Amino acid sequence: MSLIGQKDADHLRERFSDKLVNPVRLVMFTQEIECQYCRETRQLVEEIAALSDEIDVEAYNLITDAEKTQEYNVDKIPAIAVMGAQDYGIRYYGIPSGYEFTSLIEDIISVSEGDSGLSAATREAIAQIAKPVHIQVFVTPT
Amino acid sequence: MAIESDLIRADMVEAIEFPHLTSKYNVYGVPRSVFNETIYVEGAAPESVFLEKLLEAAK
Repeated sequence: MSLIGQKDADHLRERFSDKLVNPVRLVMFTQEIECQYCRETRQLVEEIAALSDEIDVEAYNLITDAEKTQEYNVDKIPAIAVMGAQDYGIRYYGIPSGYEFTSLIEDIISVSEGDSGLSAATREAIAQIAKPVHIQVFVTPT
Repeated sequence: MAIESDLIRADMVEAIEFPHLTSKYNVYGVPRSVFNETIYVEGAAPESVFLEKLLEAAK
């Protein structure tokens, strides 16, 4: 049973074909005995990737692929790193359902474009920061 | 914002799956955004508010 409905899949396929500029890799981290959300997350990620030639999936095991876990700086599962031409530091922890699904799609597009979509004033302000900032946004599936 | 700067990284964390974190950061309502462990924003804040908090966290 697919997680993304037919109508939504068609709409996304079109959107991706319209918007995606550069390839995007969805790098997933899960575990061998997949927790319920890990399984669904992986299925969701694979369904998304099937909607565009520009999107690829890589799946790793948090424990046995320790090198990758370290490389992508992932500490919880399920995890999705949305990778474009570079690592922009975007991670989704937990299953991206409800509103977060939309956020994930938008992030895939933004990452593909390599553009944040922020206002000029915001960009300027961000360019001035000198310290790393780690943002964590807590959400619930709706 | 993570896309805009190499210094910024951003996580979406689904609260129900990680109760130890929701407890650590006192998440009662969502969305709740946490910047560098110490600065908080509740709700879907506009870009300007988000930026303000980010800059505070980057001091």
